[in-house]
Amino acid sequence: MLDTALWISLTLVLAALALNVYRLTVGPDMPDRLLALDTMYVNSIALIVLLGLWLNTKTYFEAALLIAMLGFISTVAVCKYLLRGDIIE
Amino acid sequence: MILPWIPLLALLGVVVPLLTRQRGRRFCSLATAAPAILALLLVFSQVPALLAGDLPRFQLAWVPQLGLDLAFRLDGLSLLFVSLILGIGLLILLYAHYYLEAHEPFARFYSFLMLFMLSMVGIVMADNLLLLWLFWELTSLSSFLLIGFWSHWTDARKGARMALTVTGAGGLALLAGLLLLGDMAGSFDLGVVLESREAILADPRYPLMLVLVLLGAFTKSAQFPFHFWLPHAMAAPTPVSAYLHSATMVKAGIFLMARLHPAIAGSEAWELIVTLTGMATLLYGAWFALLKTDLKAILAFSTVSHLGLITVLLGIGSPLAILAALFHILNHATFKAALFMSAGIIDHETGTRELGRLGGLRRAMPVTALLTSLTAAAMAGVPLFNGFLSKEMFFAEAAASPLLGGLSWLLPVLATLGGILSVAYSLRLVHAVFFKPARKAPPKSPHEPPRLMRAPVELLAALCVLVGLLPVIAEVPLGLAVEAVLLTPLEFHLAIWHGLNLPLLMSVIALIAGVLLYALHAHLRQFGRQFSPMDARLIFEGAVQRLMTWSERLTVRLENGSLQRYMSWLLGAALLLGAIGLLQLPSLAGARPTQEADGILLLGAALMIFGALGTVATHRYRLISLLMLSVVGLVVSLTFARFSAPDLALTQLSVEVVTMILLMLALFFLPQKTPRESSAGRNIRDLGLAASLGMVVASLNYAVLTRDNHGISDFFIANSVPGGGGHNVVNVILVDFRGFDTLGEITVLALAGLAIFKLLNRLRLFMPHSDGEGRVWSPDRYPLILTSVSQALLPLALLVSAFIFLRGHNLPGGGFIAGLITAVALILVYMARGVEWTQQRLDFQYQPVAIAGVAIATLTGLGSWLFGRPFLTSAFGHFHIPAIGDIELATAMLFDLGVYLAVVGATLMILANLGKLTTPHRPSKEEKH
Repeated sequence: MLDTALWISLTLVLAALALNVYRLTVGPDMPDRLLALDTMYVNSIALIVLLGLWLNTKTYFEAALLIAMLGFISTVAVCKYLLRGDIIE
Repeated sequence: MILPWIPLLALLGVVVPLLTRQRGRRFCSLATAAPAILALLLVFSQVPALLAGDLPRFQLAWVPQLGLDLAFRLDGLSLLFVSLILGIGLLILLYAHYYLEAHEPFARFYSFLMLFMLSMVGIVMADNLLLLWLFWELTSLSSFLLIGFWSHWTDARKGARMALTVTGAGGLALLAGLLLLGDMAGSFDLGVVLESREAILADPRYPLMLVLVLLGAFTKSAQFPFHFWLPHAMAAPTPVSAYLHSATMVKAGIFLMARLHPAIAGSEAWELIVTLTGMATLLYGAWFALLKTDLKAILAFSTVSHLGLITVLLGIGSPLAILAALFHILNHATFKAALFMSAGIIDHETGTRELGRLGGLRRAMPVTALLTSLTAAAMAGVPLFNGFLSKEMFFAEAAASPLLGGLSWLLPVLATLGGILSVAYSLRLVHAVFFKPARKAPPKSPHEPPRLMRAPVELLAALCVLVGLLPVIAEVPLGLAVEAVLLTPLEFHLAIWHGLNLPLLMSVIALIAGVLLYALHAHLRQFGRQFSPMDARLIFEGAVQRLMTWSERLTVRLENGSLQRYMSWLLGAALLLGAIGLLQLPSLAGARPTQEADGILLLGAALMIFGALGTVATHRYRLISLLMLSVVGLVVSLTFARFSAPDLALTQLSVEVVTMILLMLALFFLPQKTPRESSAGRNIRDLGLAASLGMVVASLNYAVLTRDNHGISDFFIANSVPGGGGHNVVNVILVDFRGFDTLGEITVLALAGLAIFKLLNRLRLFMPHSDGEGRVWSPDRYPLILTSVSQALLPLALLVSAFIFLRGHNLPGGGFIAGLITAVALILVYMARGVEWTQQRLDFQYQPVAIAGVAIATLTGLGSWLFGRPFLTSAFGHFHIPAIGDIELATAMLFDLGVYLAVVGATLMILANLGKLTTPHRPSKEEKH
């Protein structure tokens, strides 16, 4: 049962990742691309957690934690750049 | 234990003049002379031991791995030379006291002179080939300083440079030769080398070694065709010329040939090369001494000629020839130093050294005239002077030498010719300066020099006469020196009269023909004028200039300031080496079966490739390109996570975000679009390079991954827990096994941070008022949502950072990742709240943080010395703490703390200061905290 759920979720997450890259490529605007990247971070968290369930290990969860925290900061930096140019003022 | 004091006292003499220069020249001169006098006394104190047949030696291991020892010896040869160096050095010091003008920096001059004395003493006393070479190089350097002493004068600079180049190049050849020699003899110890004659002569590398060693000796002793630097070195102050270029330094090459004589001489190659070079030098120098009109140039060429004479004798190599060579070294040093000092006196008192402006000086300077005549007579080889004795021995040896077989009559004929020339130029020197009426008045009205300035000349002239009349007094030192060269005592007797024989006839011919030659001198000069003048300096400078242009052109080709060019060289080299390695593999795939590719991997790979291609395709739109690059970074870290490398995944993620922030900070000051710059040709080059490099790296990876590798990783895995006390092998490698590397890396990181901080100092950059598409910036500087979220995130991030740091030794994590997380969390506060707000709450500089980090790591490493362990040995143990339980503590944790602090400090130093550039808090010199 879990296996099936895992496979379905993995497929969906992967499809989401592919669509994120599509959005990142076509844009049309910079905020679209940035949002696409940020969503990629979110989907990566899901992917890592699913991988952990699949491989039955907790080792990779810190990576998910870090993406959750640092991916956000990356996005903030680019957002600030788009809004004000100067990110530390 | 007395021996090392002799060079040490000379070394002391280098410092003394600098310390006493405030007390006036008289005091300074005396204080400088004191160590040299003491050293000379120490040398003499060893004479009884030498006479008793002992060989005083001193040895102290210096770099035993290289065979370099601080070893000194004082045999007869060293004794002869050390006495010469220290004795004449003292006379020169006295002379220089009067010679230098009042405004000249006399203390510096004395210091250079003593440095030179030290290096000469070192050469002649060294008991180790490498040590000898070190002092040899020191003479080149100190003579450079002395020749170029009047550095405001271009001739002095050029002469110094030429001397350094020639003798320095010779020194390199000598080093190669001595290394070979030491290898052949099996030791660099002089005692061993001198005993290994058979092994050395039989070695197939003997000819190469001989040529290299002789190159060193010939360049130093100004042998033809390397003689050209010596006349130009006459741009030095006269005391230097008298000391270096007549008595001591140019004798270093001669000394070397005499010193190594027992070990490397005696072969046919030696005899031919050394004798013929010497003979060519003898004649060449004598001929030009006759033609030159500058007093010092005449003396310089005559020195070249006499050095050639000694070289001929060393080449002939019979016991009596060696004796004659050593005797002539002694005699030449006395009369030539005296002549140089006389020339200096004449120059000093008349203001010129040109023969054309001198003449009739015997009236104004009667004593100097007498002294110069006496010493010139010794140089000419007039009977009853010391020069006569050694020159006659030279004639005898030249006549007796069987060298050149059927043409062996050539040597005595050429020797006589040299004698004739020598008489002619000596006569000319004395006659033109003192007796011939002057054609033009000298610039200054001449008079006798101060009494004590003449004293050294008087002493040396007296010695010339004394030895000439009573040669017996030279027998004891010469006997010791000859014994040191021949390794057996030699029975000999020095006498003025040997009866009517061939050498006497040669001397008589030389004297008569020499006088005749001088009488015909005007015709000779006319003859000499027919040749176009050849200035060695112009040729040399031309060669140097050509060399410079050539190397500049080569450098510009390789290093043209273009980063692309450097990258292409670097990558091209990596490509070549990688490809060579791959070519040697029997097949690309190894024995290991390949893993099944699943959908996740395929999609991940596709995303990564797409991201990489997208980065390249959009590279002119910098921000988009950067976002594409982030996709690559993200997929790389996911790949690390998928293939069991959690540490790498964490590191990649944190580096990714720091890079992003850095680029956002930098991009603000940069154009939004990259202009189209690359030509089609360059694009093709780069594409080709990138593609082939990609293929090579992919093949390498494939080859590695399909093979079972049992490299050092097994060792790390096996020893991580027992040796380093940690279960996380990656972290144990970083902080323990390869801790020294990590220490180096964090030091570099801290230095880079400091350098960037310095570079940002007072930097003012253009700040755009709108984005790339012309929209003005949003007025909201600190968005409320961002401010609130960041405030909530900060403690969480710091907590995560502490968590990652603490678990690092056993589970994925560690100081580096934790440091990056802390730094990024703090940067977030800067972004959300601005510099002003953050500055008030984080009121400290980041430089000390980084430095403290490096210091903690270094001290942790040093700490193991307290326990008698090597640097950076780690210790760990288990401790029981109530309420928390059993925990493990390792010194590696302390080291990791250093890493953490260094990373936090350096990252913030770079990012925060780059961010502060646009604020009033920018780094500047005025700002003091």
